[in-house]
Amino acid sequence: MLSRLVLVSGSALKNSGSFGACVVQASRSLHSSSQSLAPVPPLPEKGGKVRHGIFPEELFTLLYPKTGVTGPYVLGTGLLLYLLSKEIYVINHETFAAASIGAVIIYGIKKFGPNVAAFADKLNEEKVAKAQEVKELAITSLAQAIEDEKKEQWRAEGRQMLFDAKRNNVAMLLEINYRERLHMVTNEVKKRLNYQVELQNMQRRMEQEHMVNWVEQNVIKSITPQQEKESIAKCISDLKALAKATQARATV
Amino acid sequence: MADRPVPLAEKRLMDVKLGQLPSWLGTRDFTPNGLIGSVRRGYDRYYNKYINVKKGGIGGVAMILVGYVALSYLWEYDHIKHDRWRKYH
Repeated sequence: MLSRLVLVSGSALKNSGSFGACVVQASRSLHSSSQSLAPVPPLPEKGGKVRHGIFPEELFTLLYPKTGVTGPYVLGTGLLLYLLSKEIYVINHETFAAASIGAVIIYGIKKFGPNVAAFADKLNEEKVAKAQEVKELAITSLAQAIEDEKKEQWRAEGRQMLFDAKRNNVAMLLEINYRERLHMVTNEVKKRLNYQVELQNMQRRMEQEHMVNWVEQNVIKSITPQQEKESIAKCISDLKALAKATQARATV
Repeated sequence: MADRPVPLAEKRLMDVKLGQLPSWLGTRDFTPNGLIGSVRRGYDRYYNKYINVKKGGIGGVAMILVGYVALSYLWEYDHIKHDRWRKYH
């Protein structure tokens, strides 16, 4: 758990988390190897196993086939006795100091180890949660952008219908215009034709009237005064005869 | 379990047989660049195995400190020799 603290404090110094260190590692190997290392593989959960805090587990597994479980402990005891008896390790004042310091350290680790581990884990969790939040935010915003884009595409499709309607409108206007002009043309042509017809009619009427007038005038001219006197006398005698006839009919 | 014969130069130290050790050492790169590269690789392996994990333990740092203690004892041994209790062992 002290290594967890190392990671956390190292991150505080370097201003980059354990992921930063991992990313630095990964980027270093990115530059040297030709394979692509993205996405970066996650950190292993637990480190190499260590027994009693200082002896790596590999030693125990190495000696297990030949000497069983107690092998490394016997080895350790024998080594210790050898070092002491041959005074390769000398017992002096420093031994006492080392023993007291060792005792304090071991007591401290046993007592506060789990707490420190939990604290470092919490810090890590917060970092991960923050990064996750950013990622979630980015994902939702991108998904929203995708939705908006799809909507815009749908709208663009709808615009086609708009164009069709507008095209229909324009066609209708053109048609109307054309028909109006047709009507105007027919009217104008009819008016012109009517005019010609009226003209001819008038011509004929005028000729007729002129002819009648001319005939009348000629007849009147041909009536001599003598004929006029004779006709007047005849009319008077006819009238007298008629008067007599009616008088006679009235009395009867 | 060998899928194909690996040339000697690419083998890791643990896979090298005892008799091949001198020739394997001959293929190693002892230029300053090579040494720095090997130190960098060793550091990366240790870091990625014990420290760069989600739930690391005390082991990662503790092993480094114990190694430092042991190394400094080794360097001071000539001075500590004089504190021995007996002259003949």
